[in-house]
Amino acid sequence: MINKNIEGRSPSSIEKFFLHLHPSKIDTRAIKFNRTFGLGGVCALLFVILSLTGLLLRFSYIPTVEHAYDSILGLKYNTIFGQFIRNLHHLSAKFLIVASFLHLVRVYYSQSIFNKRGENWIYGLLMLFLVLASSFTGYLLPWDQLAYWAITVITQIIEYIPFIGHSLAYLVRGSDTVDGNTLLNFYTLHTGILPLLFIFLMSMHFWLVRKAGGVALPKRDEIQKVDVIPNLVSKEIMLASIVIAALFLIAVFYDAPLLDQANPLKSPNPSKAPWYFLGAQELLLHLHPFFSAVIIPFATALFFFGLPYFKYNNLNIGVWFNSPLGKKITIQSGVIAFVFTFVLIYFLEHFLHFDLWLSNWPSIISTGFIPVLLYVVPVAIYLLFWHKKHQANRTELIMACTSIILSSYISMLLISLLLRGEGMLMIF
Amino acid sequence: MKLNRRKFITRLLVAVASIEALFLIKGSVNKVASASATNNLFNAGKASSFDTNKLYPFLTGQFFLKRFEDGGFLAMSFKCTHLGCVVNTNSQTGGFNCPCHASQFNKFGEVLSAPATRPLDYFPITIEKGELLIDTKTPIRRSSFDKSQLTYV
Ligand code: HEM
Ligand code: FES
Repeated sequence: MINKNIEGRSPSSIEKFFLHLHPSKIDTRAIKFNRTFGLGGVCALLFVILSLTGLLLRFSYIPTVEHAYDSILGLKYNTIFGQFIRNLHHLSAKFLIVASFLHLVRVYYSQSIFNKRGENWIYGLLMLFLVLASSFTGYLLPWDQLAYWAITVITQIIEYIPFIGHSLAYLVRGSDTVDGNTLLNFYTLHTGILPLLFIFLMSMHFWLVRKAGGVALPKRDEIQKVDVIPNLVSKEIMLASIVIAALFLIAVFYDAPLLDQANPLKSPNPSKAPWYFLGAQELLLHLHPFFSAVIIPFATALFFFGLPYFKYNNLNIGVWFNSPLGKKITIQSGVIAFVFTFVLIYFLEHFLHFDLWLSNWPSIISTGFIPVLLYVVPVAIYLLFWHKKHQANRTELIMACTSIILSSYISMLLISLLLRGEGMLMIF
Repeated sequence: MKLNRRKFITRLLVAVASIEALFLIKGSVNKVASASATNNLFNAGKASSFDTNKLYPFLTGQFFLKRFEDGGFLAMSFKCTHLGCVVNTNSQTGGFNCPCHASQFNKFGEVLSAPATRPLDYFPITIEKGELLIDTKTPIRRSSFDKSQLTYV
């Protein structure tokens, strides 16, 4: 099949290389759309589109404080299809964040991250970090008010890390404030180092998927296999076409934003971080920085990197949500965490002013420890309830924790994005 | 434990890389070296030209110069200590308001309302031949205001 196609022509080496990303035969269950939703493939496609449009943008972009903004204007007004290319790049970057997040959700909840796949989960998390870092470094390049103040706000968050915070922020910015050095740093990372790392990690990622024997599937005695060409490849081409068509269509009507040129002397009101970091910024509004910038991010990262390696007792690899109970607990804890986070933030904003009530206590307790307890204690009671009442075991409880973390972050992100106006105050 | 050649070389490389990383974190990558140190000082003009109990914004130097009743000078950075936005003056309190997340500071730069957790940084002032020289490159952190932060003629 692979060596001879319909016209009897043997495939070229380049074709063979691409064909070797897949095995020649594959389990029918693996190519069902609702096994992977094609999300990994969509991520790869978006990366390719980003690389191509990015290379084109490099022909007109000038990474200096004097010219960066003007070069974007030049692209917009004096270059044929300039704005369109920029829109494509902008949209693909947005979609890549969403797609890689959904891909993470799918591999996690389909229990595809254990044993041999554990290593690939780590590579995946590193790629997620790269996706965010790429978006973040790209965000600064237009050098408009949006870019300048978003990067200012985020690099200031780094300063809250004890001991090394200031040096680290200085290293990232190349300076005390966001300026030409920062632009140079970000440009180098965005168009050089990060894409290169990405290509390396992606190659490893694909190789490890194949090494683990393809996508994870529930154990079964009888396995039905079909040819990858045309069964899988035709589906991939179809999905890719739909994604590309949608991107092109949206890029015609939706312009990537560009505000006034950056003015370091005037902050817009409100100054928000890039949308995918808004959850983190929201946390910083309510919690003492030692918790919101140090303990919670590090604990969460540790938890996610550890996920494949915790002790589990009844893993059903490849089974969605592990068990019917797992499905129930995931959905319920996700919904409850979303609402609970919202309600807690609403109360912290309007009624619970621990910083004023306990003004002679150290702020790490009044605005740190107490709000954290307000969140953690109900969550712990909730998990205990599942354990006692429904005999949820370790596997399901850890799954509930993951759902609670993801859902709370989304809740905070949406609050910050949609419900905060001037002075970052809630609009109701 | 035995140290063979491979292990030795690996460890050597790791050590060199760590030291390099440490220096990078400590000192960063220096992009421009300035020829003379005096460049860093911002000259605000004659000390006698400033009235007491008044606030003078120096946007290009990124600071507010306050002269208090007793004639003491304080140069406060205009960067909010919460997340680095530029604070505005508030004529009612005589202090500063941040447009970004609504922190408020009093006339000494101390926090009136959160989310900021520490007062505005200040810059060292030296007075030479009656002229105020402000070192805008070295902001000084503080946890509250006290008299020693003021500079007198
Ligand atoms: C952002 C760039 C990424 C690309 C291009 C990518 C690509 C892929 C592809 C093509 C697959 C094959 C199955 C599928 O399509 O779902 C896959 C599987 C996998 N990915 Fe990703 N991925 C990316 C990010 C991530 C992230 C963020 C994670 C999680 C932290 C992750 C973890 C995994 C795991 C564990 C598998 C194996 C799943 C299984 O065997 O069923 N990947 N990836
Ligand atoms: S930056 Fe001033 S309050 Fe957040």
